[in-house]
Amino acid sequence: MTQKEKLVVIGNGMAGVNTVEHILKLAPNQFDITIFGSEPHPNYNRILLSYVLAGDSKVDDIVINSYEWYEEHNISLYTGETIIRINSATKTVTSDKGTTISYDKLIISTGSSAFMLPLPGADKEGVIAYRTIQDCEYMMEAAKNYKKAVVIGGGLLGLEAARGFLNLGMKVDVVHICDSIMERQLDRTASKMLRDKLESQGMNFLLNKKTEKILGKDRVKGLKFSDGSKVDADLVVMAVGISPNVQLAVDAGIEVNRGIVVNDFLETSVKNIFSVGECAEHRGIGYGLVAPLFEQGAVLAKKIVGVDTNPYEGSVVYTKLKVSGVDVFSGGEFIDGENTKSIKIEDEFSGIYKKVLIRENKIVGAVLFGDTSDGNRLMQMIRNETDITGFEKSAILQEPGNHGSSGLSVADMNEDEIICGCNGVSKGTICSAIKEQGLSSIEEVKNCTTASRSCGGCKPLVSDLLEYTLGDEFDKSAQKETMCECTDLEKDEIVAQIKEKGLSHVREVMSVLGWLNEEGCSKCRPAINYYLGMVNPKQYQDDSTSRFVNERMHANIQKDGTYSVVPRMYGGVTNPADLKKIATVAEKYNVPKVKITGGQRIDLLGVKKEDLTSMWEELDMPSGYAYGKAIRTVKTCVGEEFCRFGTADSMGMGIQIEKRFERLNTPAKVKMAVSGCPRNCAESGIKDLGVVAIDGGWELYAGGNGGVKLRKGDLVATVKTEEEVIEFTEAYLQYYRETGVYGERTSEWVERLGVQHIQDILADESKREELCGRMDTALSVLKDPWKQAVENEKIQKDLYEVIEAK
Amino acid sequence: MNNLNKDKSWIEVAKYDELPVNSGKTVRFKEKELAIFRLTNGKILAIENRCPHKDGVLAEGIVSGEYVFCPLHDRKIDLSSGLVQKPDTGCVKTFDVFVQNGKVYIALLEKSGIAS
Repeated sequence: MTQKEKLVVIGNGMAGVNTVEHILKLAPNQFDITIFGSEPHPNYNRILLSYVLAGDSKVDDIVINSYEWYEEHNISLYTGETIIRINSATKTVTSDKGTTISYDKLIISTGSSAFMLPLPGADKEGVIAYRTIQDCEYMMEAAKNYKKAVVIGGGLLGLEAARGFLNLGMKVDVVHICDSIMERQLDRTASKMLRDKLESQGMNFLLNKKTEKILGKDRVKGLKFSDGSKVDADLVVMAVGISPNVQLAVDAGIEVNRGIVVNDFLETSVKNIFSVGECAEHRGIGYGLVAPLFEQGAVLAKKIVGVDTNPYEGSVVYTKLKVSGVDVFSGGEFIDGENTKSIKIEDEFSGIYKKVLIRENKIVGAVLFGDTSDGNRLMQMIRNETDITGFEKSAILQEPGNHGSSGLSVADMNEDEIICGCNGVSKGTICSAIKEQGLSSIEEVKNCTTASRSCGGCKPLVSDLLEYTLGDEFDKSAQKETMCECTDLEKDEIVAQIKEKGLSHVREVMSVLGWLNEEGCSKCRPAINYYLGMVNPKQYQDDSTSRFVNERMHANIQKDGTYSVVPRMYGGVTNPADLKKIATVAEKYNVPKVKITGGQRIDLLGVKKEDLTSMWEELDMPSGYAYGKAIRTVKTCVGEEFCRFGTADSMGMGIQIEKRFERLNTPAKVKMAVSGCPRNCAESGIKDLGVVAIDGGWELYAGGNGGVKLRKGDLVATVKTEEEVIEFTEAYLQYYRETGVYGERTSEWVERLGVQHIQDILADESKREELCGRMDTALSVLKDPWKQAVENEKIQKDLYEVIEAK
Repeated sequence: MNNLNKDKSWIEVAKYDELPVNSGKTVRFKEKELAIFRLTNGKILAIENRCPHKDGVLAEGIVSGEYVFCPLHDRKIDLSSGLVQKPDTGCVKTFDVFVQNGKVYIALLEKSGIAS
């Protein structure tokens, strides 16, 4: 038996591990592979750290290769262990923990470090870089105790860090040495637009400032600039650039310039030693972005396993700013020069700016702001050096709002070109997955290859690839918003079929309508259950096994498997007797935490499953429905009863509304509020339905949202009496129940249908009457679920019992 | 399995008929917490009651065929092998189940040879 060759990789980051992935695909059994990484984590997606900091992802979500992956592929992984010496004579490497391992082939993929400005005071506590999971965790922790962050550096990374601090509730100043931000990627126009946008999000810029000194005793207190001005800071993040980690290579006598010098096959000056990623320097360029590293990795893998490969000839890079609500793209050249011409679209009103630079009839660069949908296509044209003589302008830049496909297609892309930059998935990988595994939707491609799983920006390209690969078989209609992978139908079709065929069980719907998974999944089952109940409120027997845990248990599951209990408290109004009862129950059951919710209710957190029903019995109050897709709370202000500004009885109105609609299931949760005057203390402007008292009447605001997508409600009706408030609310909620897609909040629903349409429906007396009639039926069958559970032993046993085995 | 009653690792946990169909149930045994499921096809399967992702309690997940969806973050888990389905990874411990005379027994030793 021949001995396997030994491959050692120094650096457990995206570049090294991506190369290993390629090698495993090409030659699964050729090497014994060992990987060393200084960080105590498996390989994670460093470019998504900004999402972690922004709170959109968790650390676990950005892990690319789990520990199991290393095990599965028999890779020896040393995390938290740093290689400190390469001996190319004996072909061994040695770690800081004394491990020495020999290699036949060695890859140096040590990446880069954040460049720390050597300022006086830079060693103080609270001064950090932004580069690793550890940095990210430090920043999130600091945000709990400190208020003000200063980011030094107005480049890509600095701005993403600053945005993260805003999300964490900190004030943030961005200090930049130039007078415009992201000046290495954006021209002045785009830079100014970006700055305006970020300022409107709350970011403060200190431009043209050179930091001279970091102030403070042990911990940072502030910064002093060369012009003598100062600024306060509890936390300072340096995001001024990166420097390649090359010391190891220098010590080993490998040729190093700024980075480790490699040729077109990623070979260093020493035989059998290769380098890839941010630590490498190719034709004088060191890349700090993700796409080149994937391209390098593909070439290196072939070289190492001995397969013919084209040389790596450098990458044309592009950048996208990962800040929510801001779309910025920059690729290739971006400053107008003497021999360049440009095409520009500038739409100040919509906040869109596009510029394409052309030299000798070829596109050499582009800057896009506000609408980056042209980005991928332009990059292709830049990479392919497409001659655009005779191209319509609209084939190069689409007018804002026009997203028809034009210009080049995915067919012209190389097989190894990266489609999904976040997860490094190439065109070839996607196309072969489509062919070999018979995929036909973006969702399936996502689940199979992880392409478009992270930021979703490449979905249009994935769709194009499906069309390109499947040809006529590609069913565009399959790309509509189907409910889930189990079916090709969408909501309206399913509801129509339920009505037409008189379907009455979840299983029946799935079998009659040809579900691909016989028993459905966690997405479609709750949706079907809702639609059935909505269509036939009186006859339909709710299927509790098709409900999410919270709606089945009528309590809100917490991360440790305990539940929270929120009793109904109409309009947020309570009394001493109820408070005493709640206090007694909380004490008796050792409730670990009692909290007032955002909806003016009392939340008993940390309740064990087996205690739920007896607690409800002792509380003897209705469920507050603080879980599930249903009417949640009606928040109220004090109103005319006590408030000196109040013009109407907001508490009374709120209580009436809540009593009328409690327990009602809706496509998504519905939060309501009643304010007694336009001061709007109950925050009626950001509710699914907000009621505001005005002199002699009430205004109804629809589709407001104070959550994920902050949205101001739209005025949909103004009425005179309390009875009319109820009547219009009935019509509004019933229309939402009938036309809303399961999971769709009113904020999305209002935008989909249009405000005018909803106003028209509410204004139409006969429509209103029909809707109110159907609402009446829906409300007539509702029962309090806590009481039902308390009175029914079978429910208690089936849902809340824990078996103690002996 | 034939020597069920002689084998001390089999523990009686429930009566078959009393388990709700297409649902999970929590079983505690000493330090362990299991989730047992009575499926629509009549089978009973048992796994550890913790999702490998974030420790979600699987007994309360939506059951579909021979899979359960973790109630916390919707990871899909194969109840017979314990494998977390793609694109996620990981594996939950599974336990042998035996039904005799209407009673459900679980081998509270882990199954050997979990699929990898």
